[in-house]
Amino acid sequence: MTAGNVFFALCSIAALVGAMCTVLAKNPIRGAMGLLLTIVGIAGLFLKLNAQFLAAIQLIVYAGAVVVLFVFVIMLLGPDAGHAKETREPTGKLARALSGGLMAIISIVTLFLVLRSAEKPERFGHVSAQHGSVEAVGTQLFTKAVVPFELATALLIVAVVGAIAVARSRHQVRKEKQSPSPTRRFFHGPLHPRDAGRPLTGEEL
Amino acid sequence: MNILGNVVEHYVLLSAVLFTIGAIGFLVRRNVLTQLMCIELMLNAVNLTLVAFNRRHIGDMNGQVFSFFVIAVAAAEAAVGLAIVLSFYRLKQTVFSDEADQLRH
Repeated sequence: MTAGNVFFALCSIAALVGAMCTVLAKNPIRGAMGLLLTIVGIAGLFLKLNAQFLAAIQLIVYAGAVVVLFVFVIMLLGPDAGHAKETREPTGKLARALSGGLMAIISIVTLFLVLRSAEKPERFGHVSAQHGSVEAVGTQLFTKAVVPFELATALLIVAVVGAIAVARSRHQVRKEKQSPSPTRRFFHGPLHPRDAGRPLTGEEL
Repeated sequence: MNILGNVVEHYVLLSAVLFTIGAIGFLVRRNVLTQLMCIELMLNAVNLTLVAFNRRHIGDMNGQVFSFFVIAVAAAEAAVGLAIVLSFYRLKQTVFSDEADQLRH
């Protein structure tokens, strides 16, 4: 048992426990914390795979932005959001259980078939320190993958604008309240110079 | 020499298990927030596979660049998805996907 083996075992256990926590948690906040654990575990596995740049990106983008966004939204919706309303019978319980079980069976059978036909595993070879560094990934990103990179920037801009447009509250657009009196309605808006300086009297209202 | 964590099969196995957990959670749970988190789980599992296979191709960074784009798309997806959840909560006062039946009848 070397340190690398222990590191791999710890990270994979963290990822699995976090995933189970995400799926099983009744409280969405606990689910978000489970997702955080999974993400940190996978970042550790990236480090083990000599992908230092991606490990940092994973921690910054997922743990720093996505999980925080989830927590913000859960807090914004309030504590009642996670509780089922009793007004309606939960529909499709059987369908959901069936689809989940089917997914599990398909995965287990596929896994079994793959494992049975597996060849002898081949160990990873030695890598240079350049593998997975910022220079190596950045060079690839700005030479061969420059078009998808620019498209990704456009995608992010569109996503930000779309998210603001979808989440914006409709109540902020306040309608001009209509005055009940026809006279007041007639004089609503900029006054005619003729009427300037002559306030409406009681009879006219 | 222990091979635990030194062959690509271990990573692919772990990622398959993570993906399955995410897929089952997406199908079984009714809370939209949990379902979105399960989508993130599945994307993370795919990322792990891409980086694990990239480890065997020394001097080639295509897998990691792919993984980078997956992370970018996942961030955009989370932002838009959570905005839709907020809008849905404003409309129906709930976060359960069963209640999203405006197009049903």
